[in-house]
Amino acid sequence: MDKSVKTAKAALEKAKIRDGMTLMVGGFGLCGIPENLIAALRDSRMKNLTVISNNAGVDNFGLGLLLQTRQIKKMVSTYVGENATFEKQFLDGSLQLEFVPQGTFAERIRAGGAGIPAFYTPAGVGTVIAEGKETRVFNGKEYVMERGLRADLALIKAYRGDKAGNLVYRKTARNFNPMMATATDFTIAEVEHLVEIGQIDPDNVHTPGIYVDLILKGEKYEKRIEQRTNRPKSGARA
Amino acid sequence: MKSESSKERIVQRAARELKNGFYVNLGIGMPTLVANYTPEGMEVVLQSENGLLGIGPFPYEGEEEPDLINAGKQTITEAPGASYFSSADSFAMIRGGHVDLTILGAMEVDEAGNLANWMIPGKMVKGMGGAMDLVAGAKRVVVTMQHCSKDGASKVLKKCTLPLTGKKVVHRVITDLAVMDVTPDGLLLLETAEGVSVEDVKKATEAKLAVNDAKVGTY
Repeated sequence: MDKSVKTAKAALEKAKIRDGMTLMVGGFGLCGIPENLIAALRDSRMKNLTVISNNAGVDNFGLGLLLQTRQIKKMVSTYVGENATFEKQFLDGSLQLEFVPQGTFAERIRAGGAGIPAFYTPAGVGTVIAEGKETRVFNGKEYVMERGLRADLALIKAYRGDKAGNLVYRKTARNFNPMMATATDFTIAEVEHLVEIGQIDPDNVHTPGIYVDLILKGEKYEKRIEQRTNRPKSGARA
Repeated sequence: MKSESSKERIVQRAARELKNGFYVNLGIGMPTLVANYTPEGMEVVLQSENGLLGIGPFPYEGEEEPDLINAGKQTITEAPGASYFSSADSFAMIRGGHVDLTILGAMEVDEAGNLANWMIPGKMVKGMGGAMDLVAGAKRVVVTMQHCSKDGASKVLKKCTLPLTGKKVVHRVITDLAVMDVTPDGLLLLETAEGVSVEDVKKATEAKLAVNDAKVGTY
């Protein structure tokens, strides 16, 4: 089953992107983000998008590119620091924002993809996050009910993938990508290395191809580093 | 600089919370520095909630990997025996009570063990990240903070005024002045910083603070 497509632009066209869509976009900060699909989404000029992503990129990279062009109507995120464009649009009211605790965010997406409509978590009990939500006591401890989360389209990034859509992530670039692949009607994966079917050891597959509708080799990767931090050459402990 | 040395004092004291064999999640900022003071010979595995168990030192210049960062988005390395996993697995680990200890910063803490560290109404809110899940799930929650704000107001309160990160979640508070445990009867003073008297701590603390004079140590 060959799911490969040549370009990010072609992939978005096949996914029938349209104004007002809800998207999940993988990555933690700028680590493991689908750079090529984000660029293609910017070029598509689709607008009024709701984007479910842990962060909102930086001013001139990642999802920040779609903020600059005002294509995003609403973000569902856990942390949006370090982004002046975001702050400006949020404060002038043109951008809506919903904060979700990060573990709840991950689990809502996992649940959404796994056919679980809701679950109980201790995170956020007694805080504004739990306001208006059902709570319940299990074994003497209070939990808040959170809903599974789904979207129309997922844009994810893996390190390696085969044409059947089997994916392998690298280091901490995995983050939210595996869950997002499962929680949408349509999933596009971009990879740094696209290989033939049979070239990935089945034991090493992180995301099975069933979750991936289209796969492409990213044209180029900048893989920008947000906080370059070093230890001194002397070998002093960092 | 006073603030630098008081920060150093907090971080060094917080490092004494580490125990051999612990799996530990250190919050962004000051708590991250605690790793620098891991006692020689002690084995502690650091968890990064973006999907790594076994954080190594920061990389040498030229050896940074864009695919390898901590929750503060800093470049890091992997320790021998490290493992990678998804964010869902990471928080299953945290929520499931498998992480022995988390050390995080605070804006306010109160005598019931409530913690506020993510939001100041009227100011731009950056988000809670994984803090709410960490304090709800880790076996032990230690908070590091300055005892008072820049204008001298106590941040160790009877009741938090800022929106909470977690309700009744804090076990121990380490400040530039004192170490206190949260007990069913309020805060208990365990230690004072060198050169700080019990009276100094009481004056700087709005919360109810129990003191057993014979047992107060210093750090």
